[in-house]
Amino acid sequence: MKSLEELEKIRKQAQEALKVREGQKPVRIVVAMGTCGIAAGAREVMTTILEELAARSLSDVSVTQTGCMGLCEQEPLVTVEKPGQPAVTYGNINAERARRIVAQHLVNDAVVGEWVVATKR
Amino acid sequence: MRELALHVLDIVQNSVEAQASRVEIAVEEDVAAGFLKITIADDGRGMDEEMVRKVQDPFVTTRRTRRVGMGLPLLASAARQTGGTVTVESAPGRGTVVTATFGLHHLDRAPLGDMAATVAVILAGNPGLALRYRHRRGDSEFVFDTREIERQAGPVPWGDPQAAAWTRKTVAEALRALEPLGHGPGNAGPVKTGGGT
Repeated sequence: MKSLEELEKIRKQAQEALKVREGQKPVRIVVAMGTCGIAAGAREVMTTILEELAARSLSDVSVTQTGCMGLCEQEPLVTVEKPGQPAVTYGNINAERARRIVAQHLVNDAVVGEWVVATKR
Repeated sequence: MRELALHVLDIVQNSVEAQASRVEIAVEEDVAAGFLKITIADDGRGMDEEMVRKVQDPFVTTRRTRRVGMGLPLLASAARQTGGTVTVESAPGRGTVVTATFGLHHLDRAPLGDMAATVAVILAGNPGLALRYRHRRGDSEFVFDTREIERQAGPVPWGDPQAAAWTRKTVAEALRALEPLGHGPGNAGPVKTGGGT
């Protein structure tokens, strides 16, 4: 089955990426996936982030989920955690904004100020 | 929720929060009988009778950030408006089974939506979870089972973005290969890729 062979390739690439970043603290992207987040579009935001990471071969980033953060009216919420930097939470994120966060914050290290709803050291 | 697939994602989040290690999603579209049934079974910590009653009340949750737990009541209301029902079976230490039925041809039934994206997001966000997704439409059926896939292909880094893309593509293709539902107001339609929520 061809698609299972693709998995083999994906596993090898992931293992190599793991070796490269060994000992480094990974960059984390956290998507809020409570009922409020899902209703507001968090699934599309998460699939878009995953697609962007795959397209850019950014393998040192882990994408995780959290539940409701208590900021339901600003969902979808996306938090970017880079080692040694304050965690930045963005609000009212859609697919297009998610792509800009990946390009601007993750790749170019520049916080997208206009959508920030919280920062935490 | 605009798609039933989003309800599925939401209910599975409950399973994850209940520390489930295994989740089974079953979708059954019975054209002749005119119903659509979604079952989500987990091996999480389960609930006692009182909690089972409470989770179906929109003003109860185990969460502390926001006081109302809306997931199950939203699903129940979506099911009821199509003439369907939601049942929750659970016991402490024995996991939980949520079953929702919908009137397949009912005008108020939300489309099934993008189940492939839902499955991909569940696995990407919970890479340690064993997930089995079975979908039956009429006489055709497919099963996507992470344990079975790993038995054949070896360990899979489910949280990896490339693996998420693989999951989404594989499930979408399997859904497209199911027999068509036929025409009518209740047609679940083709699986959407991307788009609204």
